Amino acid sequence: MQASTLNIENIRKDFPILQRKVHTGKPLVYFDNAATSQKPIQVIDAIRDYYLNYNSNIHRAVHQLAEESTAAFELTRDKVAKFINAKNREEVVFVRGTTEAINLIAYSWGRQNVQKDDIIVTTEYEHHSNIVPWQLLAKEKGAKLQYIGVDDKGELILDQLDEYLDTGRVKLVTVSHMSNVLGTISPVEEIIRRCHKKGVKVLLDAAQSVPHMKADVQKLDCDFFVFSAHKMLGPTGVGVLWARREILDSMPPFHGGGDMIREVHKYETTWNDLPFKFEAGTPNIADVIGFSAAIDYLNAIGMDKVREHEVELTKYALDKISAVKGIVLYGTSDMSKRGGVISFNLGDIHPHDLATIIDEDGVAIRSGHHCAQVLMERLEVAATSRASFYIYNTKDEIDVFIRSLNRARELFRI
Amino acid sequence: MSSADIYREIILDYYRNPRNYGKIENPDISKHDSNPLCGDELEMHINIKDNKVSDVKFSGKGCAISQASASMLTELIMGKDFDYVKKLTKEDILENLGLPDLGPARIKCALLSLKVLKYGIYSYLSEKLNDTASADKIKEEASGLF
Repeated sequence: MQASTLNIENIRKDFPILQRKVHTGKPLVYFDNAATSQKPIQVIDAIRDYYLNYNSNIHRAVHQLAEESTAAFELTRDKVAKFINAKNREEVVFVRGTTEAINLIAYSWGRQNVQKDDIIVTTEYEHHSNIVPWQLLAKEKGAKLQYIGVDDKGELILDQLDEYLDTGRVKLVTVSHMSNVLGTISPVEEIIRRCHKKGVKVLLDAAQSVPHMKADVQKLDCDFFVFSAHKMLGPTGVGVLWARREILDSMPPFHGGGDMIREVHKYETTWNDLPFKFEAGTPNIADVIGFSAAIDYLNAIGMDKVREHEVELTKYALDKISAVKGIVLYGTSDMSKRGGVISFNLGDIHPHDLATIIDEDGVAIRSGHHCAQVLMERLEVAATSRASFYIYNTKDEIDVFIRSLNRARELFRI
Repeated sequence: MSSADIYREIILDYYRNPRNYGKIENPDISKHDSNPLCGDELEMHINIKDNKVSDVKFSGKGCAISQASASMLTELIMGKDFDYVKKLTKEDILENLGLPDLGPARIKCALLSLKVLKYGIYSYLSEKLNDTASADKIKEEASGLF
């Protein structure tokens, strides 16, 4: 039984790890995709090919290897720009991941633009990486961090945004495009519209959205857009900061070092052009090149197909899991506002106990606070369990997962 | 260990009906700790009288293993000589729980209570008894647990 129009069987063949068995012979059911996705052989081969055949530092040397590695690295930038529909390739800055991108913005743009008594607005369903950098900045500047609340359906209470905007003190609104816990897709077009009316900039944490749905930064009209390669079939250690050119131009550098300079004198340095101004030091060349193969892979499938498949899987899973006795589900049931993430609790089973039990059946899910303790407080739970899907997951795997949940329920006599 | 071995009736019973759950007013020993990886929390309160544990309570939230382990530990040390309590080891706790072969992913859950107990004793020895030599020894044991 397969979902949607994707040829899942062929896709699965590209992911060597999906062939492995865990716990003495159980096929792996990998439902921890919101944490990191698996990698197709094409990505692994691209990294291998780089190290085997043209490993070389980029941008400087004139030998053939350097030419090849520079071309492959910069080609990835073009692909990323196209993938998110950026107007200019110079707006795509490679970083280590979403966390580093947000820290870069807080450090560079934030320190320049946020002053005492200013307000930075975030939401109750942010990942810690979109809270802590702003706490640090707010503390340093004497600014305030405010939260848009989450209602009982797991959606943002936008009226609160208006209240903050009305103070005239808001400098930045920073929101996850999709919640990593609830899967809620934020009403970002509306948020951006309201913020821009007041001249307030918007940062979208797109770590959970870019891997799973079409992204278009020009259409969104956001100011900053950040995401990680490793959640979208790419390697770890690569992320993207996109911002409109005039914003990046106005920002001071984050790290000082090689590649980000034009001229260095004893006491004075001038900066390189975009995007290199923000790419100090030798970057993660191999993994950026691996990321290139990941983008090709997703493009070959088509992001609309990816989303369609996940909607179908999530609907199926929500339908089945709702029937498990004792289940408590978090987040909206409206699939137009939700990605392929299901957070839940089962009776009084602590999520860590649940994860231990179903891991025995080969099912890998995440349990805990998901780096979202502010949201856990809001939901009044210590932790949740989370299943999250991707292109290679199947309805058969969801059936295994549901059977395993029922086994846990029986063990705990619920 | 399979989960059928871990989640036996007795563990579930201690998880759902924890013995010695609560707090003591102005206890001789009071310690709180949490596991940053999973967010589990545990607090232990102990009174010492005539070099014996005269009362002990715990509170917190967490998984069945961590809560059952803490509750069983309170029963194990109630009324015992302080010297015995000081010497408790990781093996004692796992044996007391009936989970001698718990895997690396969950052993921290089982040992959080012992860690809190040892850090509590450390503070008691160093601050109230000024016995820095014994205090340092137990602190080292606590930090070596996981």
